[in-house]
Amino acid sequence: MTNDLDYPAISVFVFFFLLVTVMGFVAARWRRPATLAHIDEWGLGGRQFGTWITWFLIGGDFYTAYTVIAVPALVYGVGAYGFFALPYTIIVYPFVFAVMPLLWRVAKDGNHVTAADVVHARYQSRSLELAVAITGIIATMPYIALQLIGMAAVIKALGLTGEIPLILAFLVLALYTYSSGLRAPALIAFVKDTMIYIVVIVAIAFVPLKLGGYAHIFAAADAAFKAKGSGGILLAPAQYLPYATLAFGSALAAFMYPHTLTGVFASKSGNTIRKNAVLLPAYTLLLGLLALLGYMGHVAGLKLTSNTDVVPVLFKTLFPGWFAGFAFAAIGIGALVPAAVMSIGAANLFTRNVWKAYVNPNVSEAGEAKVAKITSMLVKVGALLVILFLPTQFALDLQLLGGLWILQTLPAVIFGLFTSWFRAPALLAGWAAGLSLGTYFSYMDGLKPLHTLTFGDTKYTLYVGLLALVVNIAVTLAVNALMPQRKTAIGAAE
Amino acid sequence: MPKSKWTPLWLLLLLPYFGLLFAGLYNKAAPDLFGFPFFYWYQLLWVPITSVLIYIVYRSVADDE
Repeated sequence: MTNDLDYPAISVFVFFFLLVTVMGFVAARWRRPATLAHIDEWGLGGRQFGTWITWFLIGGDFYTAYTVIAVPALVYGVGAYGFFALPYTIIVYPFVFAVMPLLWRVAKDGNHVTAADVVHARYQSRSLELAVAITGIIATMPYIALQLIGMAAVIKALGLTGEIPLILAFLVLALYTYSSGLRAPALIAFVKDTMIYIVVIVAIAFVPLKLGGYAHIFAAADAAFKAKGSGGILLAPAQYLPYATLAFGSALAAFMYPHTLTGVFASKSGNTIRKNAVLLPAYTLLLGLLALLGYMGHVAGLKLTSNTDVVPVLFKTLFPGWFAGFAFAAIGIGALVPAAVMSIGAANLFTRNVWKAYVNPNVSEAGEAKVAKITSMLVKVGALLVILFLPTQFALDLQLLGGLWILQTLPAVIFGLFTSWFRAPALLAGWAAGLSLGTYFSYMDGLKPLHTLTFGDTKYTLYVGLLALVVNIAVTLAVNALMPQRKTAIGAAE
Repeated sequence: MPKSKWTPLWLLLLLPYFGLLFAGLYNKAAPDLFGFPFFYWYQLLWVPITSVLIYIVYRSVADDE
């Protein structure tokens, strides 16, 4: 790709960037609370977001900038297999509908800010609480770093070189998150998502016109994969199980992350979440169509140094500078929203489940908000340093492991909503078993998401995170069954 | 514990899992629709179907606002 400065694109990009920066700071006054010096206000926006704000916030937070870059890049690289993001982001919603309103209710009634708060209240176990909190923080860090990779890709496409623009963008983000808390990404998400919708609708309508229709796009992509000798626009039979287990495992993991749970806890009611389970699939439709940009990259005959460049270069090649700039701004702002929510989610965990639990149990409400604000800053600086000084692959590998790890918190967070049978030591043992075995398998397989099990002559290749979850649940059940049962259970299901 | 009574309607929520997790059933090119091979439009079609299924169950749940 050329690195000439594209002035129309840069102007449009800078305009939207400044717009959301102003919005980020103004957000502190939006739905003005009595005080922002309270973690419920700073970290959860006052738990008052209704259906539409929640829709934009969770949509903007779950379908990240990195998704917009990475899913088409994977489809460009391997074809149909990369499309697993579509079933993943469909089957996640029945789960959200059935489970998340219950979790919201428990959090609301107990004034819990994080999943680890819920776990502590339910099991009265500091170790299980810490396990959930640390897993959440560690899984989120590389996710923030990935948002930076997404932003770096569009900055590069604008022709800007060096790391100053990226550092500047992140500094601005860190400052308004610090001052406005969750209100900032919630307000900015309106702009970001509207822009992304416009970009994708224009792309899926006009790019096929330019490239000769969808039938031609699929045929050309098919030919490109055949010429390359790998990948294809349909799955190989050996990919059925990996495809399905990746979709299922990712769907279960998605709403265990601190940033998605923050969106859930910030909702006004269980009903808000249920309505959103009906409405959020609109984003999935968008993602599915966006994934096809990967095939369009083949038809347009792009010359890429890295698959990650497929979306930026496609826009640069096919659209006038100003629209490319608009698209890049959408992606760049698309990185800010999730990065802000992720840092807030991680900061909430640290404040409630590490600082308050171990350092200062008597911390005041204003003190909690202060700790959370500073932590959100440190988390972002940490992610920035990772991107600036460590190889990109490091963040990608950690992100992969992060998905595996966060999935192991599911039994501790969810099971207690439905039964009071499980006890903390069993859940902790299951968490440790799933985490260590999954990490071991993944490490032995060269940090690949898939693991192959061999039973005699038959081999099963599946998502290692799901495999680890099965081990986790099996160990939890076994340990729990072997433990002496108490006469009276502490704290029934509600 | 769920406030709203459980009804068999909730079983509708399992359909997307059956529809999408057996990739062998839909991994084919024909019949195509608007140039999309079956594999693609079939999965995209599950997006509105899932929305509708969740909506049907949603209507049976009491509003707790």
